[in-house]
Amino acid sequence: MEKFDVIIIGGGPAGLTAGIYLSRAKNKTLVLNEGVIGGQMSLTHEIANYPGIDSVSGYMLSRTMQKQAEKFGCTVKSNIKITDYKFNENLKTITVNNKDVFEAKAVIVATGGKSRELGVEGEKDFTGRGVSYCATCDGDFFQDKEIIVVGGGNSALEEAVSLTQYASKITIVHQFDHFQAHQFAIDAAQNHEKIHFILNSTLSSFYGNQSLEKVKIKNLKTNTEIEMPIDGVFVFIGYVPQTKPFENSLKLNTYGEIISDERLETNIPGVFVAGDCREKKIRQITTAVSDGTIAALNAIDFIQNN
Amino acid sequence: MVLNTNLEHVKTEAEYKKIISENENVMICCGRMGPMCVPVYADMEDLRNDYKNIKFYDMLFDNPEAHVIRNLPECRGFMGLPFTVYYKNGKVVKATSSLQSREEITDILNSVF
Repeated sequence: MEKFDVIIIGGGPAGLTAGIYLSRAKNKTLVLNEGVIGGQMSLTHEIANYPGIDSVSGYMLSRTMQKQAEKFGCTVKSNIKITDYKFNENLKTITVNNKDVFEAKAVIVATGGKSRELGVEGEKDFTGRGVSYCATCDGDFFQDKEIIVVGGGNSALEEAVSLTQYASKITIVHQFDHFQAHQFAIDAAQNHEKIHFILNSTLSSFYGNQSLEKVKIKNLKTNTEIEMPIDGVFVFIGYVPQTKPFENSLKLNTYGEIISDERLETNIPGVFVAGDCREKKIRQITTAVSDGTIAALNAIDFIQNN
Repeated sequence: MVLNTNLEHVKTEAEYKKIISENENVMICCGRMGPMCVPVYADMEDLRNDYKNIKFYDMLFDNPEAHVIRNLPECRGFMGLPFTVYYKNGKVVKATSSLQSREEITDILNSVF
């Protein structure tokens, strides 16, 4: 068993910032990261609103944050899956997939979120073969083709408009009869001649051979289904917090977000939360960085007083 | 024209042929610096340390010479970046389209190499 002062679960901007602050303050710190370093930040093509940096790719900013944390002595372990954990007030232990066990006085949960999937028949089979979650990545595969965009928020409507540069016809399928997007995004989509709408509906299955050929659309009011031949489907239905492993120990709200106090401490003393996995309204790289800072400084305070 | 990663880049068809003919196990990720491609490059960079028997490369999808990957029969029907192709002794043994998780990539590496 290896002992640390603080273990951070998650290597996105919140987790890496906490790693920088804790290590610089001479705390023995471990970052355990399951996916790619940087989390959703690494997926951002261009970051142009991070203060002090004119423009940078999310990938490069992620790598810089990791190097910065490591420079101060932080240990960053990637490709790690947590298989078991015990959070007690005085001691926290975490077991990972290679059977290593780590112990710390405080933990910061910074597991972030990921794109929500529809979770219906055929979706996985046709991902990359007609089903996409990224308009800027895959839009040009659908030149002069007919596509569906699923969702009713800003991302769905704005991406639908951006996809009009490629597709010949776009149908927005949305589960409600109204949109959650800002009015300017709604207006832009509704005023575009290539964009059509099917409301109160969702996709219930995907079909095809080598690539996607048709979908079933279910009307949620009448429970009736129709088939629609289609070349592609882009899904933009929000993000889900990655908190499932903690649902039996940490207090979550109805959206699965971890509840904390102003110090970002959870219901378990010495367990803090930072970034997109916590209950909050605004999710930006800058707010994740802020969370990481607050959680780290309060973790230091916890260690010193316990 | 190369990608802004720390991987070795395949720049030409000649290089591509040389790499897959001279190395037993090769993984090439053909994409752009986009949200679905970047995590795969990052995973490949990390996995280099764990899989010393495999050569990891990327190739810019918009490089005209990337037709060697874009037009592979194994990539027919692909409509999502990146196109990731695995070669054993010069032959394609697996190809995937769009973002794959690290777990999915390691599953493939463990099964085909």
